[in-house]
Amino acid sequence: MELIWFMIVAFMLVCYVILDGFDIGAGIVHYFVGRNDAERAAVIRSIGPVWDGNEVWLLATGGTLYFAFPALYAAGFSGFYLPLIMVLWLLIMRAAGIELRHQLEHNQMWTAFWDFVFALASILLAIFFGAALGNVIRGVPLNAEGYFFEPLFTHWGTTGETGILDWFTVLSGVVAFVALAVHGANYLALKTEGEMNERSRMVVKYGWFALVAVTIASLGAVMYVRPTLLDNYYSLPIGWLIPIAVAASLAAIYYFNGKGNDKAAFLSSSVYLAMMLGGAVFGLYPNVLPALDPAYSLTVHNAKAGEYGLSVALIWWPIGIIIALCYYRFLFKTFKGKVVVGEEH
Amino acid sequence: MEANTLDRIQFAFTITYHYIFPQLTMGLAPLIVIFKTLAIKKNDERWNEVARFWGKILGITFLFGVVTGIPMEFQFGTNWAVFSKYAGGVIGQTLAMEGTFAFFLESSFIGLFLFGEKRLGQKLHWLSAFLLFVGTWLSGWFIIATNAWMQHPIGYEVAADGSVHLTSFWSLVLNPWAIYQYMHNMGGAFVTGSFAVAALGAFYVLSKRQVEYGKLFLKAGVIAGCISSIWMLFPSGDLQGRMVAKHQPVTLAAMEGLFHSEEGAGIAIIGQPDMEKKRLDNSIIIPNALSFITYQRWDAHVRGLDAFPEDQHPDNIPLLYYSFHIMVGLGTIFIAIMIVAAFWLWRGRLYDSNWLLWILMLLFPFPFIANTVGWMVAELGRQPWLVYGLFRTEHGASHMVSSGNVMFTLLGFFGMYTVLTLLYIFLMLRCIEHGADELGISTQQESNL
Ligand code: HDD
Ligand code: HEM
Ligand code: HEM
Repeated sequence: MELIWFMIVAFMLVCYVILDGFDIGAGIVHYFVGRNDAERAAVIRSIGPVWDGNEVWLLATGGTLYFAFPALYAAGFSGFYLPLIMVLWLLIMRAAGIELRHQLEHNQMWTAFWDFVFALASILLAIFFGAALGNVIRGVPLNAEGYFFEPLFTHWGTTGETGILDWFTVLSGVVAFVALAVHGANYLALKTEGEMNERSRMVVKYGWFALVAVTIASLGAVMYVRPTLLDNYYSLPIGWLIPIAVAASLAAIYYFNGKGNDKAAFLSSSVYLAMMLGGAVFGLYPNVLPALDPAYSLTVHNAKAGEYGLSVALIWWPIGIIIALCYYRFLFKTFKGKVVVGEEH
Repeated sequence: MEANTLDRIQFAFTITYHYIFPQLTMGLAPLIVIFKTLAIKKNDERWNEVARFWGKILGITFLFGVVTGIPMEFQFGTNWAVFSKYAGGVIGQTLAMEGTFAFFLESSFIGLFLFGEKRLGQKLHWLSAFLLFVGTWLSGWFIIATNAWMQHPIGYEVAADGSVHLTSFWSLVLNPWAIYQYMHNMGGAFVTGSFAVAALGAFYVLSKRQVEYGKLFLKAGVIAGCISSIWMLFPSGDLQGRMVAKHQPVTLAAMEGLFHSEEGAGIAIIGQPDMEKKRLDNSIIIPNALSFITYQRWDAHVRGLDAFPEDQHPDNIPLLYYSFHIMVGLGTIFIAIMIVAAFWLWRGRLYDSNWLLWILMLLFPFPFIANTVGWMVAELGRQPWLVYGLFRTEHGASHMVSSGNVMFTLLGFFGMYTVLTLLYIFLMLRCIEHGADELGISTQQESNL
């Protein structure tokens, strides 16, 4: 039962990262792809009807985590208190940037301001999310009661009295930043035409080299910081398919980008994100929040909720998700096709 | 200040602020469905214009609801970790269902409703308005069910590690407390929505701009407002009160300012609770009314605060008392005004009665106040418990998060929400101003064709 819920939460998290990832990514490359006001309006319009739905995956993941692994939700959210509240502020700012910009479409000061807010919040969010994942992989200073609290930074090292930010988690933040930039650019390439399309492809093309570099660096760093992450791979060798898929998806991004097949490139960067996360999740199991002192780690067994609650939820959850996927299909179908620069809403 | 106090202030501030927006969204959504239906049924493009106009207001309000709602979901974990670990297996369930069943629905169809009219055509556009309405009202259901479980916990057992585990899904989702709370709370949202529509109608008619649309707003707003105001008192408010009397008798005593148990207890219309002398100062009391309302017998025995140990009294009795009296007082005033307005509307005199239009226009903030104090009644009345009878508020906060950190984020929320408030007011004023210039333009184009 707890394994099923572990996989469900992981699945939802992957959906979140792929979906909200592309609109955060669009924010990262906002200024690069949209060179003037009309083009930036087009960037916003390409994500306008979908970003909120994408963000709901975060809420749904949070809610699922809450009832399936209450101890994890409690420890993680209070332990990462400061960065999480800052994430909330960034989410507020970003949403305002997306939705308020077009309220005064012809006022340059207004649109310029919200463009900046949108881009800045997107960049910081990507880095924060990456750093959060880095913390989970590195492990946190859980105590015997199952709680911890980390300040934003301490001595930037990965042992002893750790902070949210250290060299390793910052590196994870950079990986997320580059990966989402490439992913977002792929999405924009898919949704735009002409010069904007060319610029998006350029981002992917050059971003790709950075992505390969930071991916390799981060894999190396993980081996150093948490070598036990490989244990599951040794005991279940089929897991090695994950790093292979990471490499293959990286290659595919470059190949399809070169071919000008934006859809396939976008799918490849989605696979890349899924596999990077999947790799981490596969290695962590059965831990959900490793402690620096392994005896105190939160695992699927000691963090899970009551058996009955978990089993009834197995009935409503699939129904809810299938319905949600139907809305998604309808939504994306209604708004499919490229956005045109200069068109009004 | 202690961390626990700051956590409470932060939660109360952020939730009170959040609830400003959903009540308007949930109130406008069904009204927009009605407007769209009228447009299609009567083949009258004017109602479509009305729907579009209020759709715009709803769109902006929805955004503010979304951005202030996300912090709510997180704060259970960030600020109330011990409580979350204790009760997450139960209340996490309804919160997760809200995300899965309601938020996906709302967020998909708000986009379709706002930006898809041309692509979808009228029938599907109606459907997206309808599904948006369903989404917002479902969202209300799940969150009320969450709150209702904290007010009246059922369908759970206490597990070996001290946390609560769910034992009955349907008791959680169909908690009787939730049913009454929902009826009353959604009525409150509908009051907010219809009063807003009526108030703007009154403004347009009084300012002699868009008089034709102003009259449509007034008609819709007054009819809906009259029905919903009455609904708030009877049956829904009455039923809510009986739930409280039955399951939280000490809360009832505090709400009513009843310090001493009495046979044939009266209802205080006004009066100030004097906590030191344990009595109501300057009170005007309707004799025997409380006994009758609660137990349907004029001389029934009602337990006062003295019948319960001090450590079970709500910890802010005066505020609870005033909140309740403001809610009921406003509720009564709403009913009176709306009945007059509906009568005048029926006699065809409403649009020329400037004094009544002024009242309707100035009334629009009061439903927000009534809803806010209503929630304060519910939440202050629940104290000192986080989960009624089971888990005390003082034990629920995240004990690893120091007060300095909570102060930091609390100040941050103050700042952030101040900016949001200014933006919201600015955008609303702009919508109202533009509405006066734009409403009816596409109708004219159509009739010119
Ligand atoms: C426009 C808003 C509005 C108006 C006019 C009223 N209420 Fe109300 N009331 C609410 C909005 C509200 C609310 C915000 O929706 C609450 C808070 C929690 C809930 O479920 O509903 C509430 C709660 C609430 C409670 C429950 C408190 C608890 O749970 O401890 C009672 C007993 C009443 N109301 C009774 C009344 C009565 C007798 C009214 C007579 C007119 C009335 N309300 C008008
Ligand atoms: C339905 C969903 C809601 C839930 C699950 C909920 C839950 C909570 C929780 C966990 C607290 C903090 C602990 C406490 O002090 O008791 C709280 C306090 C509070 N809430 Fe709610 N709340 C909800 C809705 C609302 C709304 C809509 C409002 C106001 C408009 C509101 C007003 C307050 C106030 C004023 C407090 C502070 C009470 C105090 O600490 O003395 N609540 N609520
Ligand atoms: C502590 C309690 C609450 C939590 C955790 C919460 C959470 C949220 C979240 C996360 C959103 C954004 C959804 C999105 O992204 O689309 C939201 C919006 C919304 N919430 Fe709340 N909320 C709370 C209280 C309430 C209450 C008391 C109500 C009404 C009864 C309510 C009704 C709504 C509605 C209708 C929306 C849609 C947006 C809007 O209408 O403005 N919420 N809420």
